[in-house]
Amino acid sequence: MKKGCITCLLLICAGFLMSIDQSSKKEFNYPEHLSEFGFFTGPIKDQIPAADVVPYALNSPLFSDYAYKLRFIRLPKGTQVAYRSDEVLNFPVGTSIVKTFYYKNDEQQEKKGRRIIETRVLIHEAKGWVALPYIWNEAQTEATLEVAGGTQMVAWKDKEGQKKSLEYFIPNMNQCKGCHEKNGIMTPIGPSARQLNGEFNYGNQVQENQLAHWKNRGMIESLPEAKDIPKMPNYSDISVGLADRAKAYLDVNCAHCHNPKGPAQSSGLFLHWNNTDPTSLGIMKSPVAAGRGSGNFAHDIVPGKPEISILHYRMASTDPGVMMPELGRRLAHKEGIDLIEKWIKSM
Amino acid sequence: MVLNTQPIKLQFKNKIMRILPFIFLCIHIGLFGQSDFEKKLQTKLILAEDGDLIEIEAGEYFLKKSLSLDGKKNIIIRGKGMDKTILNFENQTQGAEGIKITNCENIVLSDLTTQNSKGDLIKTMHVKGMSFLRVKTEWTGKPSPKNGSYGLYPVLCEKVLIDSCIAIGASDAGIYVGQSKNIIVRNCTAFQNVAGIEIENSLYAEVYNNTAMGNTGGILVFDLPDLIQKKGGYVRVHHNLIKENNLSNFAPKGNIVGNVPKGTGMMVLATSNVDIFDNKIINHSTMGIAIISYFMTENKIKDKAYYPYPTLINVHDNVFERKAGRVPMEGRFGMMYRFKLKFGRHVPDVIYDGILDKTLVGNDGQYKPEYAICVRNNSSQKVAILDAENDFKNIKIGSDLFNCTNESIKSTEF
Repeated sequence: MKKGCITCLLLICAGFLMSIDQSSKKEFNYPEHLSEFGFFTGPIKDQIPAADVVPYALNSPLFSDYAYKLRFIRLPKGTQVAYRSDEVLNFPVGTSIVKTFYYKNDEQQEKKGRRIIETRVLIHEAKGWVALPYIWNEAQTEATLEVAGGTQMVAWKDKEGQKKSLEYFIPNMNQCKGCHEKNGIMTPIGPSARQLNGEFNYGNQVQENQLAHWKNRGMIESLPEAKDIPKMPNYSDISVGLADRAKAYLDVNCAHCHNPKGPAQSSGLFLHWNNTDPTSLGIMKSPVAAGRGSGNFAHDIVPGKPEISILHYRMASTDPGVMMPELGRRLAHKEGIDLIEKWIKSM
Repeated sequence: MVLNTQPIKLQFKNKIMRILPFIFLCIHIGLFGQSDFEKKLQTKLILAEDGDLIEIEAGEYFLKKSLSLDGKKNIIIRGKGMDKTILNFENQTQGAEGIKITNCENIVLSDLTTQNSKGDLIKTMHVKGMSFLRVKTEWTGKPSPKNGSYGLYPVLCEKVLIDSCIAIGASDAGIYVGQSKNIIVRNCTAFQNVAGIEIENSLYAEVYNNTAMGNTGGILVFDLPDLIQKKGGYVRVHHNLIKENNLSNFAPKGNIVGNVPKGTGMMVLATSNVDIFDNKIINHSTMGIAIISYFMTENKIKDKAYYPYPTLINVHDNVFERKAGRVPMEGRFGMMYRFKLKFGRHVPDVIYDGILDKTLVGNDGQYKPEYAICVRNNSSQKVAILDAENDFKNIKIGSDLFNCTNESIKSTEF
């Protein structure tokens, strides 16, 4: 009898789950499953790009709770990307940009495999860019569109052999735009010339500059000579000067919002790569609407004093009402905080 | 499968065994229902189409993430009433605000209560036509610097209507309109915030029939540097009850409202074209109305496009009342009153820092009429000019220091 009752409960719950699943998918004309796009050959968990899909990397990637990322791009047949020197490249309508987030089970031992959490697909439609979050199943055989995002527990061993775990948040579609926004319009963030201007290993012993590779494949038009293409360093490259590393870090981690056209424009704090105005870069700038995000400090950056700089304080926080960035991280990025700390100290 | 045909409970022998499954069932649905509610509501917000009405049933809902609405037109989000539909964010683990509405047109948020988010409660940005009707924002518990900054927080919006709302416990401003245009704030109540109602770098605002009581500062009108919308002004504040805003300032340091001394009825900071009339400004331990330039914040001005002086301010037909007593010793303003102004127990209703924009001054050394500060026909109007520029050497006190009439500012309608 007891057993029967439990079964009954399970049935009710299952019914519940199914009803939610259906209600969240109504009238939405995007592929429900990642595999439907045909971005990959073989099992999709292997993430081997199809012939018309090109993998790429950024010189300085955004910190996302120590997740690893794989990036791909697919252009419609016979189209090209238009070069732009400062902003994100001009991608033709029909372009798909694909980003997969995963954790290595053990960062010391590759062979222990990985767990893919989510794949975000940015599609350039005639009416603009659309962001679609796909969440992977446990079996790693498929990822399903979840417009409202989701939550997944992840656990891994880090480079020092420490066990880590995290309740990983997959953003909802609006939150995607919370970062991917310029003047209220959805836009990609990463693939600018300065971010793509670096080497990539394409396998089969082909390693070359990504933009040169795109040119060779006929993917990009009006590419200037190599010497005229801007390049942003990798912020973790210690052969690069401290200020350039710090500015690269701030550009990729903060400037998607903190730029004059971005969602954080109301703050007057602008952290984009080519901003040269000291005040809007935060130096001795008073906060505007930081609230308790100020941490009782008076300025965003106090030269020489990271310990009383709001920028540093908010980077180190994991309190949702204080932390920066607001979205896309739950852990503090130790290496990034160290970098900004050194930079402010050196001023 | 057979189970469905007969009532299960008949099969249980004792009472506990009968009830137990139902308790489990209730708990299960309860917990499950919460995250289900959150996901369903967020999904509705994402998939909403032009003209949709999204209703939220009565009940208290605990949410773990921010809710967001983006890029929509003509949407109504409606609860079943203030304190009936309650969205509680105290368990929030993601997002810097409770509700975020961005890049929209004609949005109405009404008839609900939001509580205890980690950051701001309701932030709306780049919305043309944003109405908050009968919305309550509150941090329950005592005023604390750990409370979020703003209750209602429209910024970079146009046509903002805030009507019959209640804001409690914000560590910055309960109702805050920033860098916006065409604003009406009416019939609202704000208490136990640092600032009750604040209009900042905003143009054409009408603030009337509100009650601001028991905050640090009642109603603030500020223009600050280094912002996208540089210049505010054309603000009318009238028919408000501004009473006993004597709460200790609990804003985290570094925020501009941290400078507001407890016992402030109204403060106009560096904003021009402000009418303040027919208000009751009662029992403020420090000042009824302060009209000051940005220099009084002692912050450096690096923004070249910023205008730090308040000009063309009309203060008329207000009722000022204050019990005799010393100004509390708190913050820089407290020190200024204690060591520089030394007014004793009978302090002026209106203070003006007296720092003038020299380019607007006439032959008599005062502002030309079109830029003048006018204070007239109030129930009591002891005015002090602080001469702050010259270390308060030549403080003037009187009731007819600014006896002039200026052209009224037009009311804001939309």
